[in-house]
Amino acid sequence: MSALAVADLAALKARHPACFRSDWRKRGLVIATLAAMAGIYVYGIFDFDIAWSRFVPGLWQILWFLEEMVPPDPGGHLVTYLNALGETLAIAWLGTLLGALFALPLGILAARNVVRLPWLRAPIKRLFDIVRGIDVLIWALIWINVVGLGPFAGVLAIAISDFGGLGKLFAEIVESADPREPEGVRASGAPGWAQVRFGILPQVLPVIAGQILYYIESNTRSATIIGVVGAGGIGLHLSEEIRVLEWRQVSFLILLILISVAAIDFISSRLRAAMAGKATRRD
Amino acid sequence: MQSPVVLLPDHRLAALRKAYAQAATAKRLRGLVLLGVALTLVALSAVQAEVDPKTFVAKIGGFFSYFDRMATLESGARVWTDPAEWFWSFKRNARLLGETILMAYVGTLTGAVAGFALNFAASRNLTASNIAVFAAKRGLEFCRTVPGIVFALMFVVAFGLGPLAGVLAIAIHTTGALGKQFFETTENIDMKPVEGLRAAGANWMQTVRFAAVPQVLASFATFSLLRFEINVREATVLGFVGAGGIGQDLMEAIRKFYYSDVSAILVLIIVVVMTIDISTQYLRRALMGERRGG
Repeated sequence: MSALAVADLAALKARHPACFRSDWRKRGLVIATLAAMAGIYVYGIFDFDIAWSRFVPGLWQILWFLEEMVPPDPGGHLVTYLNALGETLAIAWLGTLLGALFALPLGILAARNVVRLPWLRAPIKRLFDIVRGIDVLIWALIWINVVGLGPFAGVLAIAISDFGGLGKLFAEIVESADPREPEGVRASGAPGWAQVRFGILPQVLPVIAGQILYYIESNTRSATIIGVVGAGGIGLHLSEEIRVLEWRQVSFLILLILISVAAIDFISSRLRAAMAGKATRRD
Repeated sequence: MQSPVVLLPDHRLAALRKAYAQAATAKRLRGLVLLGVALTLVALSAVQAEVDPKTFVAKIGGFFSYFDRMATLESGARVWTDPAEWFWSFKRNARLLGETILMAYVGTLTGAVAGFALNFAASRNLTASNIAVFAAKRGLEFCRTVPGIVFALMFVVAFGLGPLAGVLAIAIHTTGALGKQFFETTENIDMKPVEGLRAAGANWMQTVRFAAVPQVLASFATFSLLRFEINVREATVLGFVGAGGIGQDLMEAIRKFYYSDVSAILVLIIVVVMTIDISTQYLRRALMGERRGG
């Protein structure tokens, strides 16, 4: 079969020249884009002023770190570490809920199908963008200045950074709601708030709950690192043990984080699947 | 005016009302139980996280006055009245921000290339060997789950202070995060081209190149652009642990209470992040349009 096609190649080319012609304009564009990307890449590497003499020894050092990490060992601090882990989970849970609590009303107000006045919607959306543009670690540093070192600053940092992320998400979810349901509520003569309460909220709440769960999951990860700047949780111990080169304890802490993140992932994906199932059944 | 709705006779209405009340009660009960569980968890978490409402109430004023102080120059004037004084170290900050963006760029590109290389090995529909799939997936999972800043902390110890540690940390985390999105896309491709190439006797490399890559390239580019956005944000804080970029200066300004410097750097970061968000959004739309058109 294939011999036949190949034997016929010349005739095929003659009959369909367009399929065999190289598109040099398009190819040139691709090559130029790739060259530009590579150029910026190389420029970046030179701009960083990297001490290449340290590169190879550094790699060896990392190998040595990895060797030192086995076996993982809590070094007699197991209780402290578990307590810090609990603190991390508590920070993620409280921070996400607090953020969602404030994001929900403002997110609804920022949705195009709820508030028809652009001058009211736009500032809320910009506020979300600004809050989101600042990393959670920066918020943690600011809250530390306000409420002092400790997990409470972490809770507030996660809350405020989630406020931006979740608010934007909530607005988008509400905007994607089916317009027929609030229309039906309006047709029965209900005022505006009732259209939102009975027309939109029942549609979007399962999706919103799913997103909150997803954020709790991803905040467990964030909460492990805000300790690096002193905002509580397991990150504080992790950064300390790295600085004093206690690699066995570092690997123990990383394992602890991996296991707890996997556990939270598992629980939350189960819950989300259950909620999604319920949501589809409802339709 | 007479109501136009015809009401049912009372005895039939009563039955319906009872059924509705029962259904509503069951639902409400479940809601209450869930709320109870959530509140219990909140209480436990509050104890564990040393949440102190009294501190909060006492200090919340400090949070808002923090912004007030950030908007005030040392001379007592508002920052916007004297932009030259506010952005007195604009040159240095702009250079550091440039470095931050470059760190994100180099890290994202390195991670995207590594994730691209690994994702086909992690895709169950392309790779026959269970061991290869398992190893690739677990490797990507490890890179993804360990936070970038932990890698940065370790690399700072190994390579010294500077952007190299940050770039490597971003690259590794990006490999994991993009690798996962990549193989999830690859596992959902149309298998007919793959089967066609396999039937024509193509080897693994050729199958990937001519059957899988053309289907996934546009999505991969979209994911990479989104990741670049995230990485720019991440790169702004890697300096907190000495891994390059503007973070070092920002942390010093925050810790040393140079309020107007904090706000100057934050404003620059927000402007850069928003600009990058908008331009990548534009690029993503263009890419998606091309994909739909093609």
